[in-house]
Amino acid sequence: MVAVVPSTGGQAPPAVTVKRPSRTGYILLFPGMAWLGVFFAIPFVTLFLTSLQQPIPGKSGKYKFGLEFGNYVTAFTEYWPVFLRSFVYAGIATILALCIAYPLAYFIAFRAGKWRSLMLVLVIAPSFASFLLRTYAWKTILSDEGIVTSTLNTLHLLPDGRILNTGIAVVAGLTYNFLPFMILPLYAALEKIDPRLIEAASDLYASPQTAFRKVTWPLSMPGVVAGTLLTFIPAAGDYINAELLGSTGNRMIGNAIQTNFIEFRDYPTASALSFMLMAAILVLVFTYIRRAGTEDLL
Amino acid sequence: MRWLRKNLVGIWAVLVLIYLFIPIAVIMLLSFNNPKGKYNLSWNEFSLDAWTNICGVPGVCSSFVTSIEIGIVSTLIATLLGTMIAFALVRYRFRGRSTTNLLIFLPMATPEVVMGASLLALFLNLRFPLGQGTVIIAHIMFIISFVVVTVKARLQGMDPRLEEAARDLYADPRAVFRYVTFPLVLPGIMGAALLGFSLSFDDFIISFFNAGTLVTFPIYIWGAAQRGIPVQVNALATLVFLIALVIVLTGQFVSHRRRRALEKPAPITVDLMSRS
Amino acid sequence: MANNEARPVEDLHLRNLTKKFGDVAAVDDLTLTIPAGSFFALLGASGCGKTTTLRMVAGLEDPTSGTISIGDRDITGLRAFERPVNTVFQSYALFPHLDIFENVAFGLRRRGIKDVKSTVDQMLDLVELGPMARRKPTQLSGGQQQRVAVARALINRPDVLLLDEPLGALDLKLRRQMQIELKRIQTEVGTTFVHVTHDQEEAMTMADTVAVMNSGRIEQLGHPADIYELPRTVFVANFLGQSNLITGTRSANSGDDVLVQASGLTFAVPADRCFAEGSNIIVGVRPEKITILDEVDADRIPEHHNRLSGRVTDVSYTGVSTQYLVQTAWDQELIVFEQNVVVGDRSEVGDAVVIHWSPRHTFGLDGSGGTSVGMDPEVLALEAMNASLISDASEA
Repeated sequence: MVAVVPSTGGQAPPAVTVKRPSRTGYILLFPGMAWLGVFFAIPFVTLFLTSLQQPIPGKSGKYKFGLEFGNYVTAFTEYWPVFLRSFVYAGIATILALCIAYPLAYFIAFRAGKWRSLMLVLVIAPSFASFLLRTYAWKTILSDEGIVTSTLNTLHLLPDGRILNTGIAVVAGLTYNFLPFMILPLYAALEKIDPRLIEAASDLYASPQTAFRKVTWPLSMPGVVAGTLLTFIPAAGDYINAELLGSTGNRMIGNAIQTNFIEFRDYPTASALSFMLMAAILVLVFTYIRRAGTEDLL
Repeated sequence: MRWLRKNLVGIWAVLVLIYLFIPIAVIMLLSFNNPKGKYNLSWNEFSLDAWTNICGVPGVCSSFVTSIEIGIVSTLIATLLGTMIAFALVRYRFRGRSTTNLLIFLPMATPEVVMGASLLALFLNLRFPLGQGTVIIAHIMFIISFVVVTVKARLQGMDPRLEEAARDLYADPRAVFRYVTFPLVLPGIMGAALLGFSLSFDDFIISFFNAGTLVTFPIYIWGAAQRGIPVQVNALATLVFLIALVIVLTGQFVSHRRRRALEKPAPITVDLMSRS
Repeated sequence: MANNEARPVEDLHLRNLTKKFGDVAAVDDLTLTIPAGSFFALLGASGCGKTTTLRMVAGLEDPTSGTISIGDRDITGLRAFERPVNTVFQSYALFPHLDIFENVAFGLRRRGIKDVKSTVDQMLDLVELGPMARRKPTQLSGGQQQRVAVARALINRPDVLLLDEPLGALDLKLRRQMQIELKRIQTEVGTTFVHVTHDQEEAMTMADTVAVMNSGRIEQLGHPADIYELPRTVFVANFLGQSNLITGTRSANSGDDVLVQASGLTFAVPADRCFAEGSNIIVGVRPEKITILDEVDADRIPEHHNRLSGRVTDVSYTGVSTQYLVQTAWDQELIVFEQNVVVGDRSEVGDAVVIHWSPRHTFGLDGSGGTSVGMDPEVLALEAMNASLISDASEA
């Protein structure tokens, strides 16, 4: 075995731009940050206050200020299975998306050559067609008479004999819809890896599997973390897939928030659910990032 | 066997790309369908009705126009505000940088349903009338972060020596911005605007919470899904898809020709969607 | 610019120039006059403050204290775009969105000059890029981009042209060619060129005055040949070319010579070539000044020459010359270059040899700082590694 020392080409990094302390900075920041403050941060406060409101006796759908922490208890007792289902569906979809996306991202980053730009366009192109219609299209693809269902049925792989209106359809929809959010961060991380590192690794470790495990995979970790988060978060909060592809037994937390807010006008319960979802996601995200050792991602 | 092992990744890549386009193919195919019942879910017979009479169903085209209006207005405002923030972040020193970064990051990490619900809670508490205004406010809010991230990446990727060279060559600060900084950042801003428009145009969840009685294109589709989506919707979606594809491919082609001499292609699509 | 109308070119003065980043002084109380019309090189390793000096002259960095002036005009307070100074940037910083013509015209346009066509064309002809005017920078080769960068700066007829590692991005052959080219342009336009580089060969080939910089200060300044032949500090002796340095102590004076005792031997250093104040003196000699002889021929050595015996540990043939490593009695390895003018008859590894050189090629340096100042840290690390390998091997 011959060990090769790769050359370290490249130039000195460019000088750091001098940052000027000045009023201009604040002037530039103000309008946009004020917008985010008023229409993103403050709504969280009102959401929290709403989640503690009490119903006004005798007037259904009217609420008054209160500190009804019991709303959280009620919401949780009633909806914890839905919470659990949402996270399980989102989790499975995220893992599936990672498995589907990684080889594609790897291929685009290292093997695609002049096709690289075109392939990236093809990855985002499906997003140009309406999200709702794409999800709706899966109704056709996975329908009981369709080839996917009949093929799997002849192999006796489907417990219910069908895909549509089951959890499988919901997970399939989630996986499909958020796949680009997995592919692009993975690609961005892999693309930064110097291919000579992998060559050096195969040169030193000889086996491609070991080279992948010891070099490519760890170096692509920032992409894996970013991709899984960007897939998991929207998937956990989604309700379109559950609504269009699942049955009432497959409802996710998004459905619960939506129906409570818009149909039942039970604002405190809906707000408590939203708040719990957000809190659960933030806790998950931060522990996950800690674990993966990629704090600098934020 | 050897060939298969060597090309396994490539075969997988092609299969995944095909998988991504299956629903698109279904949408396109069904736009030429003449459905048997009210649901346009399975193929019945070929028909050009939807294409020749694209506004034939009440509400389709008006909701489509509403979405385009909302998209243009929110994109323009969000691009301006987001670009300003990006410049401040990269070029200026200020207090509260980490809070600022957090406030920009969080909207991208918040499920849409939570953002939609919390904004609705605000509007309800303020007794703010729901409609086009509230939808535009909401869209600007969630587009800003994406604009900041995209433009910031472009600014950071710019060689600081280019602006120094301009200063050295008798350009005062305004001239540096006008003749060097702005033209160089412009592709990033355009990319951000394109992304912003497509996010706005396709948004359902946040819009649905804050629309009141207003019907955007996605809201129309959602409502129609219960009673059968008209074929015209498929035709319009196909049209939007093709137009967007042509715009992006043209952009790619132009930037590819421009950068042919550079070894590294920097496709706009990557800054577009890498959120963090 | 052949039609350069007479404009008095004036000297560039730096007075007590200091630049601190936090507590670290990148440039430390630098006082320097760069004569008008000269080709001046600031030579030093990365981080020595040469680029910071250049950026302060350009107005891209504000000095912590001190002044910069051209002739009697103090330009310290002027901003970059107000100074009659232009820069050729490292890796050129050509505007990628403008074509070559517009890149070169940029400075003229910013100063509100309307008719730029003939001036730009003339400038592009000077750098032999006339036909490329409508190309974009990325469509040009490295050497062509470099010439655009020079043209873009020179067209403004600056009082001083600053060049920041202008040839760093080019390959060796092209670099040689561009050195000659730049020298030609400088002679033609007569502008003061201040050139920053870490490449000693580049500095020596092009500049008429070289200043060797080290930790924010100038170690030595002068004509390249003078600095090379007579380094005044250990840093310069090591940084500029190679030197053999032997640590010793002052013993006595003999006529015009200072005598230095080192490991039982005595070396003569002419008093006017000795820069040591105290009793510790480092005796130095350049490798090509040494003659190597077989031990049996020792009687052929001129009487007053410095000499020592040793053993050859390495011979490398480099074409023009042969490079020997000679191990002294005190285990120091000295480098000797021998011109390959004699056919055959080279010393071989293991030969006992005598090496000698004239006192007129000897220099004496202050010995308080050790002999390795200014050596490439990577070379030092390699030597340390070699030494430990050898001692490991001898233990085993």
